[in-house]
Amino acid sequence: MNEIELLTWARGPGLFWATVIMFFGLTLRLFEILSLGRPKELAEVRDSGVRDGWMLILKRSLPELKHWKYITASYIFHIGLLVIIFFFIPHTQLFRDIFGVFWGGWPNFVIDFFAVLSIAAMIYMLAARFYDPARRILSNLSDYFAWLVTFLPIVTGYMAFHRLGMDYTTMLAVHILSVELLMISLPISKLSHVVTFALARYYTGSNNGRRGITS
Amino acid sequence: MTDPDHRLASELIRHGISRRTFLKFCTSMASLMALPPAAAAQMAEKLTTVKRQSVIWLSFQECTGCTESITRSHKPTLESLIFDFVSLDYHHTLQAASGSAAEAAREQAMQANKGKYILIVDGAIPTKDDGVYSTIAGITNLDMLQQVARDAAAIVAVGTCATFGGLPKASPNPTGAVSVSDIVTDKPIINIPGCPPIPVVMTGVLAHVLTFGIPELDGLGRPKSFYGDSIHDRCYRRPFYDRGLFAKSFDDEGARQGWCLYELGCKGPTTHNACATVKWNNGTSFPIQSGHGCIGCSEPDFWDAGGFYKSISTGIGSPGQWAAGAVAVGAAAGLGSAFLNRSTQQQSRDQHQPITEQDLKGDEHE
Repeated sequence: MNEIELLTWARGPGLFWATVIMFFGLTLRLFEILSLGRPKELAEVRDSGVRDGWMLILKRSLPELKHWKYITASYIFHIGLLVIIFFFIPHTQLFRDIFGVFWGGWPNFVIDFFAVLSIAAMIYMLAARFYDPARRILSNLSDYFAWLVTFLPIVTGYMAFHRLGMDYTTMLAVHILSVELLMISLPISKLSHVVTFALARYYTGSNNGRRGITS
Repeated sequence: MTDPDHRLASELIRHGISRRTFLKFCTSMASLMALPPAAAAQMAEKLTTVKRQSVIWLSFQECTGCTESITRSHKPTLESLIFDFVSLDYHHTLQAASGSAAEAAREQAMQANKGKYILIVDGAIPTKDDGVYSTIAGITNLDMLQQVARDAAAIVAVGTCATFGGLPKASPNPTGAVSVSDIVTDKPIINIPGCPPIPVVMTGVLAHVLTFGIPELDGLGRPKSFYGDSIHDRCYRRPFYDRGLFAKSFDDEGARQGWCLYELGCKGPTTHNACATVKWNNGTSFPIQSGHGCIGCSEPDFWDAGGFYKSISTGIGSPGQWAAGAVAVGAAAGLGSAFLNRSTQQQSRDQHQPITEQDLKGDEHE
């Protein structure tokens, strides 16, 4: 298989299966989670919990001063990743192709800036996870797997754009394949928080609220 | 057909080609192939002293566009000079002879120049049903290629059909078309892809073969001197790509301003060829300069690469439909799963007997 055949496979059958698995898996998980319902309240419910649910979504999205370095790196990474995914012009073309919506893109140097920041932030977070005793104990293989499958698309995309490593066609194919690995991983790993994080926070916040604990 | 024992110098004089024109050709070729400055003089010396190289040109499953490309010009060009450097012993589009006389010329050339002639092939080779879908003088392309390739010194595959299968190989490939390199595996093959290839690239490579032998090739057998860079890397519209300025349609303001054609499906980033530097029609222009994106014609399977007007960052097929289908199936499976979970919960509740405190602790979910 030559490099253009690899790219064609990545853009064709590879993207097909990754798209199908990701959308199928995430939808299935959402339905499963939502259908589980709540545990039966054995005590009298004190509040509807709606306000506390929304408040916890907000509160846990705000930075904490206690671990400011890690939190800052996490913010940089998450914002950078969103910018790269949704505002790099070639990516917007893909979204237009899938969803039929085009929201415009940002110049390459802006995307490049966020890519470098994201890569640096991710390396810092991996180092922090590894060198901080508490985080190291709490981390398991799935954490490092989640880090790797998120890191690979960013770094291969950066390399493809800057013509580093292999030739552009091969690097682009590798980049797309790494994205497809990430897509497949989304429903089967903790990366599914991309769609469940708000639900989980609302659930916890409203549960607390119903028991009289204010978020 | 010309007597191959004639020295080239006498042929050039006979055709009234001045030394100045000849040196210009050699300099141009050496320059195009990024050879060192001394190479032009070496090329000139070599070309004037060598015997005319016997060339057999086989046209298989093709559209004659490659031959048109190398020959069609309204005035004598540097490219046309290449025909003075070779003895084109067989080319069924260009030769005067036809029928059995033409085939006799091919066999005579093969016999007289055994192991020395260069075989040029344009067109793919149909292999399905023993190659019956394309024959010349009753001989299948498959048989003719194997027969002529056997005693060739080198093979030059011209055009994307010969190099990678091209249009005949496009899905569903009804004739089982393949490239030359799929059939011949024991000879050096130089691939000059393009639909058609740039004339000066064809002649440049031939000049290199005649003077310095086989040029340095990339992983797909293409001369690096012409196929080393992507169209995108050499494109004069590249700065617009970097600044995020794209034409959204072929007649919008961006298109008039000459902005990048990436969003209109340009395949320049993944296409390797010399169009952006050498250009076409005596260096006049190339597709992107004319306002149309590159279609990637010098890459394998370009016809099946997802449509000429879709960006390379998009999927091949209909990812939107796949996603919608997956969501629908996922939702159905999710509902099924929810129903099962609910049934399990209900069963658990039904079977629950609140006898002891321990039983109550074991049934936390409703």
